[in-house]
Amino acid sequence: MADASYPEDLLYHPEHDWVRIDGDTATFGITWFAQDALGEVVFIDPPEVGTRVTKDEPYAEVESVKAVSDVIAPLSGEIVEVNTALADKPETINDDPYGEGWLVRVKLSDDGEKDGLMDAAAYSASLS
Amino acid sequence: MSETLTIFEKGAPGRRAFACPELDVPHVDGLLPDALRRAQEPRLPEVSEPELVRHYVNLSKKNFDLDSGFYPLGSCTMKHNPRLHERVAALPGHARLHPLQSPARAQGALELMWNLERALAEIAGLPHVSLQPSAGSHGELAGVLLTRAFHADRGDTRTKVLTPDTAHGTNPATVTMAGYEVVKLGTNPDGGIDLDDLRAKADEDVACLMLTNPNTLGVFDHNIEEIAEIVHGVGATVYYDGANLNAIMGISRPGDMGFDIVHFNLHKSFTQPHGGGGPGSGPIAVADHIEPFLPRPVITRDQDGRFDLDDDRPKSIGKLRGFQGNYGCFVRSYAYIRSLGAEGLKDASETAVLNANYLLARLKALGVADKLPLAFGELCMHEFVLSGAPMKRDLQIRTLDLAKRLLDHGFHPPTVYFPLLVDEALLIEPTETETRETLDAFAEAIADILREAKEDPSIAREAPHTTPVRRLDEAGAAKRPVIRQALD
Amino acid sequence: MLDAIGVGSLQEIFDRQIPAAVRLARPLDLPAGMPEHEVYAHLRALAARNTSAEDELTFLGAGMYDHYVPAVVDMLMERSEFLTPYTPYQPEISQGGLQVMFEYQTAISELTALPVSNASVYEGPSAVAAAAYLARIANGKPKIVISRGVHPHARAALRTTAGAYGGEVVEVGLRDGVTDADAWAGAIDQDTGAVIFAQPNFLGAVEDAAALAQAAKDSPAVVVGSYDPIPLGVLKPPGECGVDVAVGEGQSLGNRLDFGGPSFGFFAATEAYLRRMPGRIAGETRDVDGKRGFVLTLQTREQHIRREKATSNICTAQALNALAGVVYLSWLGRRGLVELGELLLQRTHYARSALTAIDGVEALHEQPVVREFAVRLDAPVDKVIARCQDAGINPGFALGREYDEYPDGLLVAITEQRSKADIDRLTDVLGAAVAAERHPAGAHA
Repeated sequence: MADASYPEDLLYHPEHDWVRIDGDTATFGITWFAQDALGEVVFIDPPEVGTRVTKDEPYAEVESVKAVSDVIAPLSGEIVEVNTALADKPETINDDPYGEGWLVRVKLSDDGEKDGLMDAAAYSASLS
Repeated sequence: MSETLTIFEKGAPGRRAFACPELDVPHVDGLLPDALRRAQEPRLPEVSEPELVRHYVNLSKKNFDLDSGFYPLGSCTMKHNPRLHERVAALPGHARLHPLQSPARAQGALELMWNLERALAEIAGLPHVSLQPSAGSHGELAGVLLTRAFHADRGDTRTKVLTPDTAHGTNPATVTMAGYEVVKLGTNPDGGIDLDDLRAKADEDVACLMLTNPNTLGVFDHNIEEIAEIVHGVGATVYYDGANLNAIMGISRPGDMGFDIVHFNLHKSFTQPHGGGGPGSGPIAVADHIEPFLPRPVITRDQDGRFDLDDDRPKSIGKLRGFQGNYGCFVRSYAYIRSLGAEGLKDASETAVLNANYLLARLKALGVADKLPLAFGELCMHEFVLSGAPMKRDLQIRTLDLAKRLLDHGFHPPTVYFPLLVDEALLIEPTETETRETLDAFAEAIADILREAKEDPSIAREAPHTTPVRRLDEAGAAKRPVIRQALD
Repeated sequence: MLDAIGVGSLQEIFDRQIPAAVRLARPLDLPAGMPEHEVYAHLRALAARNTSAEDELTFLGAGMYDHYVPAVVDMLMERSEFLTPYTPYQPEISQGGLQVMFEYQTAISELTALPVSNASVYEGPSAVAAAAYLARIANGKPKIVISRGVHPHARAALRTTAGAYGGEVVEVGLRDGVTDADAWAGAIDQDTGAVIFAQPNFLGAVEDAAALAQAAKDSPAVVVGSYDPIPLGVLKPPGECGVDVAVGEGQSLGNRLDFGGPSFGFFAATEAYLRRMPGRIAGETRDVDGKRGFVLTLQTREQHIRREKATSNICTAQALNALAGVVYLSWLGRRGLVELGELLLQRTHYARSALTAIDGVEALHEQPVVREFAVRLDAPVDKVIARCQDAGINPGFALGREYDEYPDGLLVAITEQRSKADIDRLTDVLGAAVAAERHPAGAHA
């Protein structure tokens, strides 16, 4: 994805992760800023379904040729689905970070936590 | 130009270089039960000696090397490898000596090692030496394990090791291997350790501070004595990463700065050829209070001048590897030290520092500094770091592109993107080997590349253009690793 | 140059950067430098005080072996283009070195029948320690079970490094010259992170590697085999024995004795451990013009990127020595390695038969052997060795130096350079030495 974009319908964590909430489940991924800083993603070490994730703690690693980055959980819960298509095409994270490049789906454990996240405008402003 | 083929894709069944001796003892069947026997031959190449020679000689011609050109890789100290060293290392008395030969029949080797130890001790300003570690990072591991043993001997359990954020990656990796937690220290605007940060973090849970001085920014830390005092004040050890020793031989000594443990890279300051990625050797020198814990065996000399290997070292951390270390590297480094002598070693460091400062000045004079400013200070020691951030902003080429374009100019690029603290870092270490003419030519090449980028940045961005291969798909190699020749 | 820099003197550059308190105020207390011919003479004089394999007929092994190093190896290792470059961080001008690494990795993979190999580690014993560290990162289990048949220096290196990360080393003894199978199985449990054996073991005995590996199958343990590469011409390779990680000492493959180093260690594994391997790995790829080429790959494992979470701290390894290794294996070729193994098998058997026929010499174990075997002497071993050396033969390694339980043991190694005539001479000289030491009051045998 060539140009920076931060969709309005998502919430954002300062460690460059986005959340799409759908009732009591949410989808997590990394933002355009994160994938741009990493460069072409070559490998993702995903967690297993059933793992608990904790807000502000790392739950996975993404690697480019020259860098490794922890992926931080924006909210807490239990992983119910992992995007296994990324094993063969990790570069999807760069091409479509908010769509096909999603990382995990999580059953949320704490409804109040999302109030601590930023909206697109606030996140975008925080980057400059 | 056809595809490069590996040795496995050459040759033909039945070809060979090795002539096996005839069986000269009676053949006996059934010496190995079938269950233990290999059923399929390993699919090694089948080539004649001429094919073997041509293949590897032609491969060698695709390498740039130090004998062919300038190699200003910062932190690597790419100084000339004198050819005498290959000749003496090949003497059968050294090359064909078995490591377990009885010490009484290896007195030449033990004396050589003893002499090398004394020379390194003098250069470091620390009296006790072990030549055992196989490379710099192996020496680092030895140093942190020695620290661990030192504290354990005093009944002290500590959990942390301090390293500056400019540290070479081997430092934090070593800390983890040695069972400690890494705590990072900040760098002050002068390029040295942030003393306030050090004071805040130095407590009795800290086992050690790992430093190099001058550091990876090419800066000699003025506060080094105070740093050592603060760390000693909490009972921790101070470890010197000797990667940058080429700046200070005969000029300043880590032992005098307050360091307790030092490692040397024989493949840097002491001309062991780098070999495309080794072999190296990482001896360590330590202060009196660390001596009991040194790896075993230790070389001893009795009053009659006879040498021996002493394995009876109850407090030793043990062994890090087999036998005594990379003796072939000791022979070469010892020959270097005997060739240069006290004055020559000092001269080497002085010239290394002179050359780095001269190159820095030439770059400034050519107007390069506004696109590639010096990251810290005004003068430098044996190396300096430039930042390519203004170049990236103004000319749309990155440090990577500059490096690739330098290949077209016939130079090996400097170290890039290290240290991490500097944005678009370019770490340049010319060493004392280089002539003024070479330094001038290199500075001109950089200026040329910047001028060219102003006209057309795409040339550098697509460089190199003249090398055996051009830019390679590293992402593809990481995504779908192919790390051996397929033979099916 | 000083004008260009803008200083009045060279000393000013130092005065402005280094505090006076840490300046060395005197010359280094080292001898003065010497011209090349004097340095040569000095190094030659030191060499003359060493008894090398050139000076005596040697049967000394115990981890490093007096194999013949072919002239092509020396010639290639001395080429500037292989000898003097740095680690290939700029792949476009390092295709020679990177392809050599790729070929070396292929050769090791073939030798071990394991799919994945790195581009070298330092040497054999530290490779064993590195394999235990890999296991620790992989499964976090504290216990490391290691056979007493593994080289003493490898066991020592393991102890030195494992304590630091909370590894508990449990040593399993030998019975009849090989790892005690019951004790081995008994030591392995759900806390075991790695099991380690040697093949052949330090006493030269061929172990039942598949059985040792099988014993660990229901545990979390990574199965590590420390293999002597030359016998792999005839022995079943680790990849076919259930071994997960195979390491070993590469000195026998085209590298000099050099009083113990530099040589190289090989490190190979199953696919599952690819991303946990230490050290450099060269990978194949294409350039922008579609040309085949090679790069260092999977670098995110390594210290320069992953730093404190790296799979190892290794930076400089043994690239030049690994070049010697792959050249040597290519020089031997697929038939040559097998023929060499068969030759050693036969000559070693011949030597063991001949020596154990001597009065006062018996086999320490009767296990199959490939290139090295152990005997017991009914006479003080050190004295026997000294007598042999006075007669120009080094009969082998005094096992009592490393194994208290074999104070009378002698370990004898055979290479292709030891002919039948040499072995016959060893038999005569050793026989005479043993006889003389058994009857020290001057009687002849």
